[in-house]
Amino acid sequence: MPAITIRLNGKSVACQVEARTLLVELLRDRLGLTGTHVGCDTSQCGACTVHLDGRSVKSCTMLAVEADGRSVTTIEGLATNGELHPMQAAFKEHHGLQCGFCTPGMIMSATDLVARRPGASEAEIRSWLEGNFCRCTGYHNIVKAVQAAAKSGGR
Amino acid sequence: MAQDGIGAAVRRKEDRRFLTGAGSYTDDLRRPNQTYAAMIRSPHASARLQAIRADAARQAPGVVAVLTGADLAAEKIGNIPTGWLIHSKDGSPMVEPPHPALCADRVRHVGDLVAMVIAESWHQAREAAALVEVDYQELPAVASIQQATRPGAPLVWDQAKENTCFDWHIGDKAATDAAFARAQTVVSIDLVNNRLIPNAIEPRAAIGEYDRATGDHTLYTTSQNPHLTRLLLGAFSYGIPEQKLRVVSPDVGGGFGSKIFHYPEEFLVVWAARKLGRPVRWTAQRSESFMSDAHGRDHVSHAELALDKDGRFLGLRVRTLANLGAYLSTFAPAVPTYLYGTLFAGCYTTPAIYVEVRTVFTNTVPVDAYRGAGRPEAVFLLERIVDVAARQLGLDRVELRRRNFIAASQFPYQTPVAVQYDSGDYQATLDAALEKSRWAGFEERRKEARARGKLRGIGLSTYVEACGLAPSALAGALGARAGLYESASVRVHPTGGVSVFTGTHSHGQGHETTFAQLVAEGLGIPIEQVEVVHGDTDRIPFGMGTYGSRSLAVGGSALVLAVQKIVDKGKKIAAHLLEASEGDIEFKGGKYTVAGTDRSRTFGEIALTAYVPHKYPAGLEPGLEETCFYDPKNFTFPAGCHVCEVEIDPDTGVVQVVAFTAVDDVGVVVNPMIVAGQVHGGLAQGIGQALLETALYDEAGQLLSGSYLGYTMPRAADLPSYQVGTHATPCTHNPLGSKGVGEVGAIGSPPAVINAVVDALAHLGVRHLDMPATPEKVWRAIRAA
Repeated sequence: MPAITIRLNGKSVACQVEARTLLVELLRDRLGLTGTHVGCDTSQCGACTVHLDGRSVKSCTMLAVEADGRSVTTIEGLATNGELHPMQAAFKEHHGLQCGFCTPGMIMSATDLVARRPGASEAEIRSWLEGNFCRCTGYHNIVKAVQAAAKSGGR
Repeated sequence: MAQDGIGAAVRRKEDRRFLTGAGSYTDDLRRPNQTYAAMIRSPHASARLQAIRADAARQAPGVVAVLTGADLAAEKIGNIPTGWLIHSKDGSPMVEPPHPALCADRVRHVGDLVAMVIAESWHQAREAAALVEVDYQELPAVASIQQATRPGAPLVWDQAKENTCFDWHIGDKAATDAAFARAQTVVSIDLVNNRLIPNAIEPRAAIGEYDRATGDHTLYTTSQNPHLTRLLLGAFSYGIPEQKLRVVSPDVGGGFGSKIFHYPEEFLVVWAARKLGRPVRWTAQRSESFMSDAHGRDHVSHAELALDKDGRFLGLRVRTLANLGAYLSTFAPAVPTYLYGTLFAGCYTTPAIYVEVRTVFTNTVPVDAYRGAGRPEAVFLLERIVDVAARQLGLDRVELRRRNFIAASQFPYQTPVAVQYDSGDYQATLDAALEKSRWAGFEERRKEARARGKLRGIGLSTYVEACGLAPSALAGALGARAGLYESASVRVHPTGGVSVFTGTHSHGQGHETTFAQLVAEGLGIPIEQVEVVHGDTDRIPFGMGTYGSRSLAVGGSALVLAVQKIVDKGKKIAAHLLEASEGDIEFKGGKYTVAGTDRSRTFGEIALTAYVPHKYPAGLEPGLEETCFYDPKNFTFPAGCHVCEVEIDPDTGVVQVVAFTAVDDVGVVVNPMIVAGQVHGGLAQGIGQALLETALYDEAGQLLSGSYLGYTMPRAADLPSYQVGTHATPCTHNPLGSKGVGEVGAIGSPPAVINAVVDALAHLGVRHLDMPATPEKVWRAIRAA
């Protein structure tokens, strides 16, 4: 089995994985980071979105071995010292979540957008979130939350 | 009002765990020594099961067991029951076929369960499942209402002649015929209510456990109503005493109806866990969700509306064919009947209504309640035919509605289809929505769009719906096999903290906040002191769960009454401590005061005294904990007006919703932020139904929309920002005055969207479009015009 080392939420993690192991399987089943969710099997819902070297990726669509030597951030790694990341805080303030299942992926995707395009318009936010499904909120408050976090510099 | 009490837009208590990845959904749970199940499902819509060869699978690495329908049949268990019994108009009971958790001789839809492979790992279970060989003899299938009702159509069940489950009616046929006989005008419409797949983003999952030492079974499941699941699993599908079965629904990632029902997999994991003496877990892959979660809607209807010379509605006739799928899911028989036929008065004074519903079996996934459940189908039909009537008579759409509205002074209002509305003000919600949507200035916007080459249309719907199905005695008379009350327990701890145990279940609705607000209001304490517990049959006395927008109206009412019992008991204790008579004690703002004096005790002091009863009223039990079971006197009747504005690109047929306004009367609002969020989500599902979503089968019963590649989920860019508002007429028969908000968005919006699309195309002669109004359908309609 291949041995890999990843920098996961700021800490170095070394493990052996079957070559076929998906990154999301490594996170959820081996490392116990169940904040990253699986909502589909066709790479569309985005519930599994994490950051790879600071960019959002769908962890159901890459192998764990592809993350070898790279930095992975999951929803568990976003808050610092118990203080919510500005994007997390904005989702709470603007009621951008209901059941919470899509939320981790939505937040990881949104933080990447705001990092790339701090002044993103509503249309750009809606277009960017194409790869993240939410069935609860109708997206209205998610868009508001992302706009608010962008304004407050929430990357 | 307490600071965090009724009416405050309190930020949600439950958010932090979801925002930080600390939520605990069923698939997140890890149980010691757990095994993994993979389900083998039929690839055919209809086939005879001839042989299952599982030897290779049984010998595959890591495989613990392969279970089939023969194992179930041998034990004579595993039949999944339905919760309603409906009678046909001739008095005969519905055809109620069996629903084996694993099929033994016939499969009846793509996705029907055939076998279960259990292994040490998920990959091993999947790999072994691929080794199971199943011999099917394919049989002719019926995959749609049209196919199922053709003369000589193949039968899904031999006992269901012409594939009919039941042929039901409601209303006064003779009075309705008489109304049509004296009508000046009769308008008619044929329409389809498209089949939908609920698609909660969390796939269903279940974990079964068995403790050999105690004989206790545990089921962790993605359920909206764990007690109902325990009842159906314990008393019916498995046959084990309820005290030996604990059902836990931890965090659940959305439901929308699809997680109300008792599903075969829930039985299978518990049954297998007991056989193996190890936990057995199963999580649906999304492709399994598409072919096994109960679908929604799927009606074909013909309706006629009779009007007099002034445009007053005289009578309404509806004839509906409703698809139930291959088996009767838990609530399925109630959805196209008592949740549908009873809604046809709408906001209007139509004096005579007659509704006939024939339900049919098809070789498709069972159809059951999906957000709105029967009410969106009724409202869509009614609000479409009113628009068609307005156009046919050359009357203004708004004026025609106003002319026929039940006036605010007419409540309580008895409709001709059994239900009695308690309160409402339809003119008020209409006026508010027209103003908010700038209805009056629309023609300018239409012109401006036309100059840009776009076809702009506006549409509205004015709807009534029914929530909090009740009371139990009535529901029982109609065919419900369960009660429809709700329970709440309030446990005040010695140091003044409060635990609330509710039989409802939150899977996104924010009960941990809203219910805490009710306690804060009632006891005058901060919401931080209140913890709301739900989703565990070992912790909660009993409950019917969450569906039909019932949680606040029924469960919240139970909680308010339980809190009142706490307050009343506290008065006895306070009177004793303050040496006053109980009748002189007032409770306000968290303090018991002797009326007209400054002598008082805080709620915290009373709580402590209840548990340290040194100075205590004679004959009063120590402790401070109360339970209320609340059985409502009637349904609640949320209502409102939705206005949709669309722009259509005539070259591509793409419909863009450019504005959407909803003004809803959901009764008393506890948390306006959460209420707006519920409406937003409902609107997205309603707009999704109107423009994007449909479950498609081919003639052979293959599910064509079996993944997110083939089923169009609404994405952020498909939807607008919404303008929402409320106008409350309190419910008159529950202690809270709330009516329910979970479904209004999905109920009111589809006709508003289609009315807008037809408005945009009306000048071309387009009279109706069936949902979803996809670009292709719209483009063809424009070309055909």
